[in-house]
Amino acid sequence: MLITCPYCGPRDVIEFTYQGDGNRQRPQPASQNLDAWNAYVYDRLNPAGDHNEIWQHSGGCRAHLRVVRNTLTHEISSTAFARGDHNSVARHRAEDKP
Amino acid sequence: MSPRRSEAGGRIDRLRTIRFTFDGAPYTGHAGETLASALLANGVTLFGRSFKYHRPRGVLTAGVEEPNALVTVLRGEVREPNIPATMVEIYDGLTAISQNRFPSLAWDVSAVNQLGGKFLSAGFYYKTFMGPVIGPLKGTRFWMFCEHFIRRAAGLGKAGTAPDTARYERMNAFCDVLVVGSGPAGLMAARAAADQGARVILAELEPHFGGSANWSGETIDGMPAAEWAARAAGQLEGRDNVRLLPRTTVWGYYDGNTLAAIERVTDHKETPGKGEPRHRYWTIRAKSVVLATGSLERPLVFPGNDRPGVMLAHAAERYANEYGVLPGDRIGLFTNNDSAYRAALALKKAGAVVVAIVDVRPELSSEMRKLAGEAEAEILSGHAVIATEGGKALSGFKVQRFDMVNGALSGDARSIHADCLLMSGGWSPTIHLASQAGAKAEWNEALQVFLPPKPTTRQWIGAGAFTGSFSTAEAIAEGRAAGLSAAGATATPAALPAIDARPGDPDPAPVFEIKAEGKSFVDFQHDVTADDVRLAHREGFVSVEHLKRYTTLGMATDQGKSSNIPGLAIMAEALGKPIPQVGTTRFRPPFSAVSIGSLAAERFGDLKPERLTPMHDWHVANGATMYSAGLWYRPMIYGHPGETIEQAYVREARATRESAGIVDVSTLGKIAVQGPDAAEFLDRVYTNMFSTLAVGKARYGLMLREDGLAFDDGTTWRLGEQDFLMTTTTANAGKVMQHLEYFLDVIWPELKVHVTSVTDQWAGAAIGGPKARQILAACVSGTAVDNAALPFMGIVHGEIAGAPVMICRLSFSGEMAFEVYSGAGYGTHVWEALIEAGKPFGLVTYGLEALGTMRIEKGHVTGAEIDGRTTARDLHLDWMLSKKKPFIGSAMMDREGLIAPDRLELVGIVALDNQPLNGGAHIVEELDEANPHGSLGHITACCYSPALGKYIALALVKGGKARRGSRAYVSDPLRNRFGPVEIVSNHFFDPDGSRMHG
Ligand SMILES: [Zn+2]
Repeated sequence: MLITCPYCGPRDVIEFTYQGDGNRQRPQPASQNLDAWNAYVYDRLNPAGDHNEIWQHSGGCRAHLRVVRNTLTHEISSTAFARGDHNSVARHRAEDKP
Repeated sequence: MSPRRSEAGGRIDRLRTIRFTFDGAPYTGHAGETLASALLANGVTLFGRSFKYHRPRGVLTAGVEEPNALVTVLRGEVREPNIPATMVEIYDGLTAISQNRFPSLAWDVSAVNQLGGKFLSAGFYYKTFMGPVIGPLKGTRFWMFCEHFIRRAAGLGKAGTAPDTARYERMNAFCDVLVVGSGPAGLMAARAAADQGARVILAELEPHFGGSANWSGETIDGMPAAEWAARAAGQLEGRDNVRLLPRTTVWGYYDGNTLAAIERVTDHKETPGKGEPRHRYWTIRAKSVVLATGSLERPLVFPGNDRPGVMLAHAAERYANEYGVLPGDRIGLFTNNDSAYRAALALKKAGAVVVAIVDVRPELSSEMRKLAGEAEAEILSGHAVIATEGGKALSGFKVQRFDMVNGALSGDARSIHADCLLMSGGWSPTIHLASQAGAKAEWNEALQVFLPPKPTTRQWIGAGAFTGSFSTAEAIAEGRAAGLSAAGATATPAALPAIDARPGDPDPAPVFEIKAEGKSFVDFQHDVTADDVRLAHREGFVSVEHLKRYTTLGMATDQGKSSNIPGLAIMAEALGKPIPQVGTTRFRPPFSAVSIGSLAAERFGDLKPERLTPMHDWHVANGATMYSAGLWYRPMIYGHPGETIEQAYVREARATRESAGIVDVSTLGKIAVQGPDAAEFLDRVYTNMFSTLAVGKARYGLMLREDGLAFDDGTTWRLGEQDFLMTTTTANAGKVMQHLEYFLDVIWPELKVHVTSVTDQWAGAAIGGPKARQILAACVSGTAVDNAALPFMGIVHGEIAGAPVMICRLSFSGEMAFEVYSGAGYGTHVWEALIEAGKPFGLVTYGLEALGTMRIEKGHVTGAEIDGRTTARDLHLDWMLSKKKPFIGSAMMDREGLIAPDRLELVGIVALDNQPLNGGAHIVEELDEANPHGSLGHITACCYSPALGKYIALALVKGGKARRGSRAYVSDPLRNRFGPVEIVSNHFFDPDGSRMHG
């Protein structure tokens, strides 16, 4: 499997570390919503098909990447920096205000 | 000239004689042939004994699919078992032996297994595992009783015990087009792709390129096919953009068009050339793959079809045409298709008598009748072979009239005298690699084969017999088109080489089995008969996957290359379903056996990198016993002559508490946390506050995981407003770094913080004890080290022996202690200066054992207690959980289960019998040594405490805090230790910290 790191180009999967399901939504830090925390910490999607995943280029530039990988074929349809837009807080749940 | 060697023909070098031995007997052969062909030429027909029944077996095929003729090749002390004799190229001095026979191949005592056929029928392993339901040998005891005998009787070759001294290599390769298989289709594909300028790799598992061209006897482009193939390969060899890999089996097809191949570089040589490995493991990344892997001939299933002398038709044709060897003098054929007629003719031409062609089909084409006539063979159409005759060699076979529609036999049986019987049950495309790549095969009723689907991408493209196009003319056309397409070019019409080939209809009759009295083998290597398949079905196995596993059909080292389709057909019949509804199983890598050595290549032995601290050499030179801790090597003790480990660490710890001791702490994880938001980031990461920490001060911090359990601890030093130096435990340095990076990159990208691992940049020495401050004062310049300048948790910068150092006053040992950090390159220099300065004060060096002892006395936690299951509360660190801010883990740490009163909590344990305690030992309430039960928890760390004069330990005990002051017992049945203990506070020594605060 090759993952194309936006910094380093196509690199073999052995250079990367899987860092989990990229669909997880971390509640706001002060949130007391235990269901939301529980979902974030324990619930994982396990699709047969395209899956949003976080991979770290641990043997390279160490950036975290959002990778869309097909779990049936290992085909990777997109890779992007997990950082994305640095000012965005959209990844926190909007409805989950502290 | 041996009796079975034809006068001429084949590509063997008849001028070169090769000498080898088989089962100790000397034989000769010719350069360019296999062990199978050379033995056949010498009149040898018995090659081995079968897996379960120890039936005599000959050679069935001429290639990689061979199930019977497995041999062990010896090279000095090294033995390699289970190699098909059809794949061993002979060389001078080759030593091969047969397998699975005792005491000898000809006289095998276990052949009596044949009489106990019922016992070894389908699923015999499973049934034996279960055993009788009653009696002294009930259940698995029966298996244990039988195992010894079965293991000896059933099996393949014996693995050697001598270390493999051969060298193996790994190679990575990249290409535009990988062509697998070098028959006419593969050669055309490689040429067409290479003509387009593509980088091409052509892999062929045989020693010679050409595939079927080497033995088909056809004419291509006006020359013998073998010559055409040799020329085509020769032209490719000269090209810069083509790499030819003979003796290379592509055995695995993985995602991203990554293929694995094994090249047998020197197995065919008496001695390897200089620098040559035995095998080379290729990882090939190909933009496109042309699968020109050909097809495999299928046996027919009939009683006695495994007798030595029964062989696949094309194999005999190949032995005659390629090696000039006749597998028999009087040869019969049994077929359900036209391809066998060509074989009959080839053998006739090579000098054999073809006694009869038995064909299950009632009607034969005029072309076939003509070929049979040329071979001077009697035609028995609408007939079938119902038995073979002879002992360890074939003497004849029996035929009877056969009705293809209902399988019925009729009329009188007739015996035909022959020493060789060839069979052909049609051909199966070698679709293994496409199947590995995920292609779902589809049944083709006319050809009676599973075909790969038409590819929709350029990932792989098939050509030739692989696609069910069995004629050479089709193979050449498809090969060229596949090569162009794989190279990204569009196929254009072109003049193709003219082929002169025998006629033949590729469609076989749909006949797989002749049902008559006797054992009819489907899987020759695993001794699975047609009756075994039906028995498994009667016993309730209806899924093809279960049937396959229960009967072990297709699960031997040949992976059922020749037996899969006949087996499936018999299963389908038993199930009463058509073959496509039963479906086929998916092929998995490897295509054929792969040496473990090639997979490991140069990666064997101790593969861990060693991490050494800057002072490593000093430790070794000064008597340290080194201890491996993860990747690090750390001093365990600096033992004196005659000291035990316990004596050494007790001396070191006692001296530290009496005067001073110094320990190398360079292995601690160190992370520079820098940036405008560094303090805010640490507030989120640690359970306690860091934004309130003054510059020039350090603080002990605790991290939790997201789920609220304890993760790591250590001190973090504020070196500047936006500049922190975090320390982590040695073991968790990498994990903590990854944890911080994840949160900065994925969760809080808005924080302006940069983290850098600086573990290797700093050397660290911890010096502690009542005299530690005096020692520092004696050697540090540029700063004072008194209580005012360097209070508890204070940081100063200065110099030792001219080297800049950073000193923080903090304590793990519980003594007045300092950590002295210098640049890694100054590490030994500063260390030696500290040792020198300490001499008048009685400074000792101490290792991990004394470090551990002093931390146990103080009740500090390490990885043994922060074990991924404990919370801050369990470890009495709840005072560190800030209520002023959220932090990682704060939301989850108060869940019901994590605050339950019966959780395992950290306690101290004192042995009341003054005997040593052991890590992992259980704490129990009741005095019941014979039957210890009701574990309260376990010991995490233990030592002899010189400060207390007792054997003590830390333990995690249920509701531990409430049990302080109570009695219990330590139970350690594995080490025969049972004794009374007292549960106490984990703070054994100097609980108010008066020593370290000074
Ligand atoms: Zn990268």
